[in-house]
Amino acid sequence: MNTGSSLPPPPAWEDLVTAALLGTDRRTPPGAAPGRGAPSALLDAAAAETVRRRAGLRPGPAAPRPRPAPEDRRPPLPPAAARRLALLLADRPGTAQGGRRGTTPDLVELLPQWLSAVNERGFAAPPESLPALLDAARARTDLRPAALRFAGPRALWLARLNPDWRFALRASPGGGTALPGPQEAGRIEQLWQEGLFAERVSLLAAVRARDPDAARELLEATWPTERAEDRLMFLDSLRAGLGPRDEPFLEQALADRSRNVRATAAELLSALPQSALAARMAVRAGACVAVDHTRDTPTLLVEAPHECDAAMERDGVSPNPPSGRGERSWWLGQLVEAAPLAGWPARLGGRTPEQIVAMPVADDWLGELHAAWCRAAVRQRDPDWSRALLGPPSAPGAGGPGAVSLAERAKLLGTLTAPVRAEWVAGFIAAHGLSEAFQLLGVCSVPWAAPLGRAVVDALNIARDAGSYPWSFSGVMGLAERCLDPSEAVRLDALLAVPDEQEDASPGAGGYWAEAFQRLCRTLRLRAAMTAELEVPA
Amino acid sequence: MTQQGVRWSVDQVLALAPDSASRKAGSKLGAAGPWSGTGSSREGAVWGLCKGSGSTPYRTVVDVVGGSGAPGPAYKCSCPSRKFPCKHALGLLLLWSGGEASVPDDGQAPDWAEEWLAGRRRTQDEREAGRAGSPSGPADPEGARRRAERRAERITAGATDLEERLTDLLRAGLATAEQAGYGLWEETAARMVDAQAPGLASRVRELGAVPASGPGWPVRLLEECALLHLLDRGWLHRERLPDALAATVRTRVGLPSSPQGPPVRDDWLVLAQYDRTDPKLTTRRIWLHGAASGRTALLLSYGAAGRAPELTLPVGLVLDAELSAHPGTGGLRASLGEQFAPPAPTGVRPPGGTTAEATARYGEALRDDPWRESVPVTLDDVIPVPDGDSWQLADATGGTALPLTTAARSRPGLWRLVALSGGAPVKVFGECGHRGFTPLTAWPTGPGNAVRLC
Repeated sequence: MNTGSSLPPPPAWEDLVTAALLGTDRRTPPGAAPGRGAPSALLDAAAAETVRRRAGLRPGPAAPRPRPAPEDRRPPLPPAAARRLALLLADRPGTAQGGRRGTTPDLVELLPQWLSAVNERGFAAPPESLPALLDAARARTDLRPAALRFAGPRALWLARLNPDWRFALRASPGGGTALPGPQEAGRIEQLWQEGLFAERVSLLAAVRARDPDAARELLEATWPTERAEDRLMFLDSLRAGLGPRDEPFLEQALADRSRNVRATAAELLSALPQSALAARMAVRAGACVAVDHTRDTPTLLVEAPHECDAAMERDGVSPNPPSGRGERSWWLGQLVEAAPLAGWPARLGGRTPEQIVAMPVADDWLGELHAAWCRAAVRQRDPDWSRALLGPPSAPGAGGPGAVSLAERAKLLGTLTAPVRAEWVAGFIAAHGLSEAFQLLGVCSVPWAAPLGRAVVDALNIARDAGSYPWSFSGVMGLAERCLDPSEAVRLDALLAVPDEQEDASPGAGGYWAEAFQRLCRTLRLRAAMTAELEVPA
Repeated sequence: MTQQGVRWSVDQVLALAPDSASRKAGSKLGAAGPWSGTGSSREGAVWGLCKGSGSTPYRTVVDVVGGSGAPGPAYKCSCPSRKFPCKHALGLLLLWSGGEASVPDDGQAPDWAEEWLAGRRRTQDEREAGRAGSPSGPADPEGARRRAERRAERITAGATDLEERLTDLLRAGLATAEQAGYGLWEETAARMVDAQAPGLASRVRELGAVPASGPGWPVRLLEECALLHLLDRGWLHRERLPDALAATVRTRVGLPSSPQGPPVRDDWLVLAQYDRTDPKLTTRRIWLHGAASGRTALLLSYGAAGRAPELTLPVGLVLDAELSAHPGTGGLRASLGEQFAPPAPTGVRPPGGTTAEATARYGEALRDDPWRESVPVTLDDVIPVPDGDSWQLADATGGTALPLTTAARSRPGLWRLVALSGGAPVKVFGECGHRGFTPLTAWPTGPGNAVRLC
């Protein structure tokens, strides 16, 4: 201390503040004489004290540190791809321009594809990009799974610190806390007994993924005590890895108190062609359909059930039809939908699915019967029946909503292998044009197979020549930008120029088409560049 | 240092954009699509043709290097946009940042670009020649002296006036300031503008905002009143102050200063760049650190409404250039002199210290400039730690931490910093003062580039 100095000790800061608040007319500041000079003296003292206080500042005590983020072992992005990510994230939603879209690629639309490409290659996201990635995932639910996978464990660590990103914890199994491993029976048991509903659902899904039987046993142990809504969700997670060994449990669930649980159990059992329920349904459905050999051509005769008995109801058949539908056809539909498709050829004279679908059906039952077979083919994921029900893509009936609607066709296509699917849709577009194709294109795998891509470009070219405006096809055009194989860009060269205006064409359409094709071409080139950037130089 | 391969990052290019709409428009054009005839030269020029809606493409050329007296990139584009730089210039630079595949190196500029580049070089030469020819001083030294005297008199009148208002306030008590409201201070600030003391005017305006700034406002108001009083007194008695302190007072009052120190050539690492925008003016602050001299320097650059300030230096790059210091305020402010090469990538990072060293440095800086709000410091091995509603930077070893400023807590940069750290120590450059620490740039502990936080 400076005891040798003759200076008076500095006035206490609190006393200065009090005097300043009340005013020197009412309170003489410490160390000053009252009167005219008091305010100035107070300010002098306060200035010295302010600087002294600031100069004497020291760091404070540290708060408890967060646990460090788990290590991300994935390799870092190549520099060019990291640059691309910065660009893609800079072009955030809310930028949609109305009307014409010009010739520049829409980066926002390419983000999902870029994310799936980096995820396929297993790269780690640059840490500093995580906030922007989380914000993008928050704004667009469709991006979430891919964005969160790319963002990796550090993003979940981050999400626990910022309420804006809570969704990431909900969207990720286990809410970001590591799920118990296969060896941790005790923790699994504890989490199952005491966890929150969402944690239990994730746990069940995770266990089911690595050991289906263990998951079912976990569920069986607490089944009677679960609430009805929870039982429904838990039962639904058995869909993954469904197998014959689940049958006894599902059979038991057919007697559940809850109607929805019973219906789900029946649906799951009917997807097991060897199950007793499937066999019972096969008998019931088989009794309703027979071949009439007395006509010129063999014809299918349908005799719908006359009642929905207790046994049928127990097997998941819903007795009451929605308004506008007859009871008997409603029951028939459910029986045929749940019966194993593999049983029909034997039942109907050894015919193949194609031959069965081609047979005439008596008394207007064709629509009902084919629709039920469609649902069965989708549920049982049967490609042979799907092909038979789809028919040849060029068939006139395929062009408009007939017995099999576009939505159902899209679902049937989903059961086929990717090349077969692409080939069928290509054939469909070649025969019927683009107006009905949007939904079907949506189920084709990306990038489009060469024949499909060619069919789409040809159809767009035809649409242009027909003289309409390109925005009538903006949906397909947008899909093409995202799905066409980048190597097809060269095929577009001939379409980029503005054609001469024809007399019967819509005014200016040629220019707009050229613009649309230029954007398509540029987007494809950009996609090719984006993929190339992800290749790590050897 | 070679100039080839010196291309900026996307982040650095996007930092040039005058507003977010330009950022968006520019990033859309950063794809190969609309561009043709692109190229760049050894001297740091980039050019290209961009197809727009019209029949003739826009001609865009950027001089990345700048030159002595005309620092930072300069742009020229035939588009009608009033934005500066326009989206085409941004798109071209983004394309260029993508590498040689999209914009080839070592090209010969086409005539239309060369014309403009040559014109720029001519003006630069003339400017240099002019500087060499008439080294200093305005044409009419006697007139300038008289103008300066008149201005000093007006400031003195303003400062005296302000002193009276402060003593009135203290006589009646700060409690009355809350009722008096903002109008009183606005009027006083206007008088300081009239007195040609913009430094006093902005301090007075800030004073007016204090009573509404939440709990603890009387303490803050007393502090600010006292420092303003100190500045008034400093101005009124400036002839009795040491030279450096007198220069600081002149700068704080709002008189312009010009560089006086001898130019220092160094490899200047660009530590941070950020803008403060108010309706009339955008102020850009750029922090540099000299690798050899160890000095930290501040460059200021201004842009009128709607225009980004012209000087741009990408964070994380290093610049071989001369800097001249301004007198006063601790010698941090400097002006950029000759640049000998365009900004280049570097692995160099500024040396740093602990949180205790940071506050000590702030304390020392107050000795030269008691009005200083903060000092530039680099912290080594600190971890961002949540602290209730707030955040702090804690030393990785030892139990001390600096709180983040309120402004820093609400910026997206905070989350980039937290993400970069992931709970592990990082190196952080920022401003440390009595309100806390404002992080501006961070480096990961392992390899990795500088990450902008502002």
